[in-house]
Amino acid sequence: MSALQTIWTITRLTIREAQRRRILWVALFAAIAFLTIYGVGYRFILIEVRAEMGQGPGPGFNPAQTIAIFLMVAGLYVVHFLGIAMAALLSAGTLSGEVESHTIETLLTKPLRRWQVVLGKWLGFAIILFVYMGVMAAGIVLIARFLSGDRLDNLVPGLALIYLSALVMLGISFLGGTRLSTLANGAMAFALYSLAFIGGWVEQFGAMLRNNTAVDVGIISSLIMPADALWKRAVLGWKPTSTDMEMLGPFFVASQPSPLMTGYAVAYALVLLVLALWSFSRRDM
Amino acid sequence: MTVPAIETQHLRKEFGSKVAVADLTLRVEPGEIFGFLGPNGAGKTTSMKMLLGLTNPTAGEGQLLGQPLGEPGVRRRVGFLPEHFRFHEWLTAAEFLDVHGRLYGMSSAERAESIPDLLALVGLADRAQTRLAAFSKGMLQRIGLAQALLNSPDLVFLDEPTSGLDPLGRRLVRNIIAGLRAEGTAVFLNSHLLSEIELTCDRVAFIREGRVLRVAPLAELEQESLRVRLRVGQPSPALLAELARFGGEPEQDVRSGVITLHLSDERTVPELVRWLVAAGQEVYELSPQRLSLEERFIQIVGEDIVEQ
Repeated sequence: MSALQTIWTITRLTIREAQRRRILWVALFAAIAFLTIYGVGYRFILIEVRAEMGQGPGPGFNPAQTIAIFLMVAGLYVVHFLGIAMAALLSAGTLSGEVESHTIETLLTKPLRRWQVVLGKWLGFAIILFVYMGVMAAGIVLIARFLSGDRLDNLVPGLALIYLSALVMLGISFLGGTRLSTLANGAMAFALYSLAFIGGWVEQFGAMLRNNTAVDVGIISSLIMPADALWKRAVLGWKPTSTDMEMLGPFFVASQPSPLMTGYAVAYALVLLVLALWSFSRRDM
Repeated sequence: MTVPAIETQHLRKEFGSKVAVADLTLRVEPGEIFGFLGPNGAGKTTSMKMLLGLTNPTAGEGQLLGQPLGEPGVRRRVGFLPEHFRFHEWLTAAEFLDVHGRLYGMSSAERAESIPDLLALVGLADRAQTRLAAFSKGMLQRIGLAQALLNSPDLVFLDEPTSGLDPLGRRLVRNIIAGLRAEGTAVFLNSHLLSEIELTCDRVAFIREGRVLRVAPLAELEQESLRVRLRVGQPSPALLAELARFGGEPEQDVRSGVITLHLSDERTVPELVRWLVAAGQEVYELSPQRLSLEERFIQIVGEDIVEQ
């Protein structure tokens, strides 16, 4: 049996597990519920804003459009966050759990190499995340376009960056899962994400206050976990601030992450995956 | 010269400062049913994991069917039923076998042919569409056994294959092992149920503290160890002292006067009879009894462990 067939068998097994354990269905049901509430809220807020403010004071500022785009970016931030959370939650126990429950023994005594099992599982989760995040993002973008007529520049590259941040988390969780227990691995994944999130804020305030140390702290945290930096790269591409929305928070970018960050994140996700393949191949079961 | 099913040279496994397996050197012939015996913590499971490539040895080497340990290709011809028999319980029995058949590299035609046969063999033909989550312990062990036989292996590792089974299930496993023997499949059997080993194995190895104490054909173990019950007219302390040269320390039951002797070889029996008659003893009873494997296990592995 070729390596590709083995990997694909494991990928299918991983997707089937997510279906059978109803993880996929619960996630998609929650996504639909979220999109419904989002759509209803979006519509009523737009009606209210248009009624209250009309087209705004002048040609340079359009409050209805500003708020429509703000809400769209906020929705996509939820996709970004949930994508990362799903990546950690789904995969934290996929290796360690199988080792702890001994189900891995029957798999690894087949004529295959361990890296094929790890890669097959990784691919399965990458596909699940792609579908999940794709459904969520498509729902938000379509709701916004249908209700407000507004659209974001560079939408697809931005969504690709969001997906990349989920894949970085997947790599972290896989690498942790080759050696840590499921709980320790989940805790580590969320700790790293929190680090990136707070680091991102420190960097933004640092930039506004022109404090280089704070900016450096943010950059270092982004190198450890690039998820937040990738989000900011995506937001920069969408240019929501061109609508004069000067707001703090995850949707405002004072300190721009370097364009190199995208390349770094791709390399980082790959290195994590390769380290996970290597680490799992060497451990004793 | 035939290629042995298993051959190991001084396999050793340390976990930190703890030595799990000190020196595993053994050879299992093709088609042989080989019992692997030892007290808890003797290193049996670690040994099996090293043979199967689940754990890397610290030192030493070994071959499965002529290929070095850890070589994935050879596992195409190897089956394994793990001790814990925990499987992906969200799969149905048929799906479970199908996935593992794919991993063995079996074609869809081969899988379609062998899966129903194996389900029938382990008595789960009517449970093909039941999810493993709904299976009892015994049923899981049966489906695990079917999984171990999917690829018609030349060598099967069974780690405690009857631990979850009722007497009927145990008989089923015995019959399956007999079938494997008939097909020339080697079986490496790790079990605590010595009566099972006694009924199925050709040869056994005794392990303690990660070392092979002894490897012997079961028939040899039976022959070499005999307990003789002896009743004579006038048992005297002098007689007891003289009997000692036939083997061990003779014991005499105070009330019945029955003497018990342990002989190390069956061929000593006629010699003993001749001596008794020549010595003028009136022999009322002389009955040789074979020791059970359990009694031999305790003799070889050591009582101190059993008493712990």
